[in-house]
Amino acid sequence: MAWLLSLGDIIHNTLVFSTALILAAVGGVFSERSGVVNIALEGLMIVGAFAGAVTAIFLGEGAGWGDAAPYVALAVAALAGMLFALLHAVATVTFRADQVVSGVALNFLAFGFTIFMVKLLFDGAAQTTTIQHPLSEWRIPVLSEIPVIGRALFVAYPTTYLAFLAVAAAYFVLWKTPFGLRLRAVGEHPRAADTLGIHVQRIRYYAVLISGALAGLGGASVALTTTSNFSHSTIAGQGFIALAAMIFGKWHPVGAMLAALFFGLTQAARTIIQVLGLAKVVPVDLINLLPYVVTILVLAGVVGRAEAPAALGKPYVKGGR
Amino acid sequence: MNGTDRRSLQTRFMGLFLKESALVPAVSVVLGLAVGALLMLAGGYDPVAAYGALYEGVFGNLYNFGETIRQVTPLIFTGLSVAFAFRTGLFNIGAEGQFLVGSLAAVWVVVAVDAPAGVHALLALLAGGLAGALWGVVPGYLKAKRGVHEVITTIMMNWIALYLTNYLIRAYLKADAERSVEIRPSASLQADWLSALFDDARIHLGILLALLALVAYYVVLWKTRWGFELRAVGLNPYAAEYAGMDVSRSIVSAMMASGFLAGLGGAAEALGVYGYMAISAIFPGYGFDGIAVALLGGNTPLGILLGAVLFGALNYGANTMQRLADVPIELIRVVIALVIFFVAASGVVRTLVGLFRRTKGKGGVTDGVAS
Repeated sequence: MAWLLSLGDIIHNTLVFSTALILAAVGGVFSERSGVVNIALEGLMIVGAFAGAVTAIFLGEGAGWGDAAPYVALAVAALAGMLFALLHAVATVTFRADQVVSGVALNFLAFGFTIFMVKLLFDGAAQTTTIQHPLSEWRIPVLSEIPVIGRALFVAYPTTYLAFLAVAAAYFVLWKTPFGLRLRAVGEHPRAADTLGIHVQRIRYYAVLISGALAGLGGASVALTTTSNFSHSTIAGQGFIALAAMIFGKWHPVGAMLAALFFGLTQAARTIIQVLGLAKVVPVDLINLLPYVVTILVLAGVVGRAEAPAALGKPYVKGGR
Repeated sequence: MNGTDRRSLQTRFMGLFLKESALVPAVSVVLGLAVGALLMLAGGYDPVAAYGALYEGVFGNLYNFGETIRQVTPLIFTGLSVAFAFRTGLFNIGAEGQFLVGSLAAVWVVVAVDAPAGVHALLALLAGGLAGALWGVVPGYLKAKRGVHEVITTIMMNWIALYLTNYLIRAYLKADAERSVEIRPSASLQADWLSALFDDARIHLGILLALLALVAYYVVLWKTRWGFELRAVGLNPYAAEYAGMDVSRSIVSAMMASGFLAGLGGAAEALGVYGYMAISAIFPGYGFDGIAVALLGGNTPLGILLGAVLFGALNYGANTMQRLADVPIELIRVVIALVIFFVAASGVVRTLVGLFRRTKGKGGVTDGVAS
C-alpha cells in the first residue's frame, strides 16, 4: 500500500504549492473582472512575501510575539499588497495609464525595492534571516487520523484553508452580491454601468485593492511556509503562473482554483521525481515550463477557448465616447 | 479617437526634441532619480556621494567608458525590438525570451558548425536573429489569427525560453560549470583594436552592429513600403485594413522582426562578451530594460539610442555606486522601474508639472497661461 501513502503525500504537497497560486489567481480575477489588467501579480506577491517575512522576523524574535507573529505577518502582507496595488489603481484608473506598462513597471519596482530593503535591514545580505516562527500546519482533530485522506487534506497550513475560503468568498461576492454584479458590469460594459449610476472608477479601485490584498497574502504564504525566508528567488515567477491559472480558469474563481491546483501538482511532481530518482528521465527544467506551455495551448484554443471580460484593458473616461 | 489623442500622437511623431514629447521622459528620469535619492536618504546613505560615484563609474576612465558601451549594446537591440513592435501597435514583452533563444542559437551554431573566421560569426548572428524571430512568430500568429493578447503570450514565451535554454544547455552543451562550452574564436565578436582603444574593456563589434540596426530600423520603418504598412497598422488597424493592407500579415511580420532584433542582440552578447551561455535561474534583464528604452525614447531611433545609453550607464555605474558609496545596486533597478512607471502614467507627470508651474507662476504668470 506504499503507493497509496505516497498518494497522500502528493495531494498534500500539491496543496502546499497551490496555496499561493490560488490566492493570487483569485486576486487577479477580481481586478480583471473589473476591467483592469493585472500582470503586476508577480510584484504584488513579491511585496507580500517581503512584508510577511520581515514582519514575522521582527515580531517573532525582536518583539517576542512568538507563534502569533506569522498571523500578524499575514495581515501586514495583505495590507502591503493593497498599498502596492494602490499605485496600479492610481496610475491606471485615475491617470488612465497603459495597464500593461504600469504592471510591468510595478513588477520591476517590487523586485528592486524589496531586495534593496532587505540589504538595508539585514546588513547588506541578499536574503532575510530565517523566520524563527513560521506558520505551522494545522492538524484537524479526528479527521487528520483518517488514513491517506487525513494526511492529504486535514494536515495543512492555515493559508491553504484561507485560499479555499477565498475561492468560496470570491464566488459568493462576485455572483451573489450587488457589489459583485456591479464589478462584473464595470468590466464588461463600463458605459452601461455608468448610465445606471455605478461609480466605475471607485469599483475598479476596490477591485484592484482586493487583488493586491489576495496576491500579497499569496506571496506571504510562500515565505511563511515553504521558503522560511525572503530572497530574490522566493516568488520567482509564481505570480506569472497565477496569471496563467487565472486565464486557464477563464477568469472564474473556481476555474482559477482548479488551474492553480493543476499547476501546483506539476510543482509537487518535481519533488516527487527527485525523490524517486527520476530526474535523469524527466528533467526538472521541462516540468518548470509546463504551466506556461499549457497556458499558450489554452490561449491558442487547443484546450478550450479563453474569454476575457469585454472591457479588459480599456481605461474608462466618463463622458467620453 | 478624440482631438487630444490625435494631437499627442502627432507630436510624438515629430520627434524627440520637440518640447512636448521630450517633457514627460525628461521629467520622469528626474523624478526617478529623485525618488531614488529619497530612498537613499531614508536608508542613511548620501545621495550626492552615490550619484557622484555613479557618474565616476561611467565617465571616470576609458575602461569604464568602454564597459558602459558594452552594457549599452544589448539595450539598443532590445530597445529597437520593443519599439519595432510598438510601432505596429504591439506590445512585445517577449524580448527577454527572444534574447535568450538568440544567445543559445548563436552558441549552438558555433559549436555545431565549422566555418572560416568572420563567416562563422555571421552564421551565428543570423541563427540568433532567426531563433528570436521564431520566438516572435507564436505570439504574432496567435494575435493575428486568434485575437490573443500578445502580452500574455510573450510573458509565457519568456518563461518557456528561460527553462528551455537551461534544459538544452544542460542536455547538449554543458561544460563543467553551470554554463555552455566556450565558442570557438573564429566566431568571436571581440576585436583587439577596439578593446585597446578603451583600455582593454570588453567592448566588442556588437556595438557597430547595434548602430547599424538603428539605421536599419529607421530605413525600414520610414523608407520602405513594408514599414509604412506596419506603422499604418499601428496607428489605426481598421483604417489600414480598409486601405487594403493585410493586417494579419503585418502583425506576424512585425513580431518576427521584433524577435529578430532581440535575438540578434542575444547572439551579439554571447559572441562578443562571454563566448558562452550561462545556465541561470533568472532573466538577464535586457529585454525588460528594452521596454524602458523604447518607452523613454518614444520609439524613435535617436530616442532609443539615448534611452539605451541612459539605462546602460545606470546599470553599469551602479556597480561603482555600490563599491564607493555602499548603495546596493538594486536602487538602480528601482530608479529604472520608476522611470517606466512615470512614463506610462504620463498623466501623473503632467499633473505634477502643472502643479509646479502653477505654484511658480503665482507671482506673475496667470494660471491660464501656465497650464
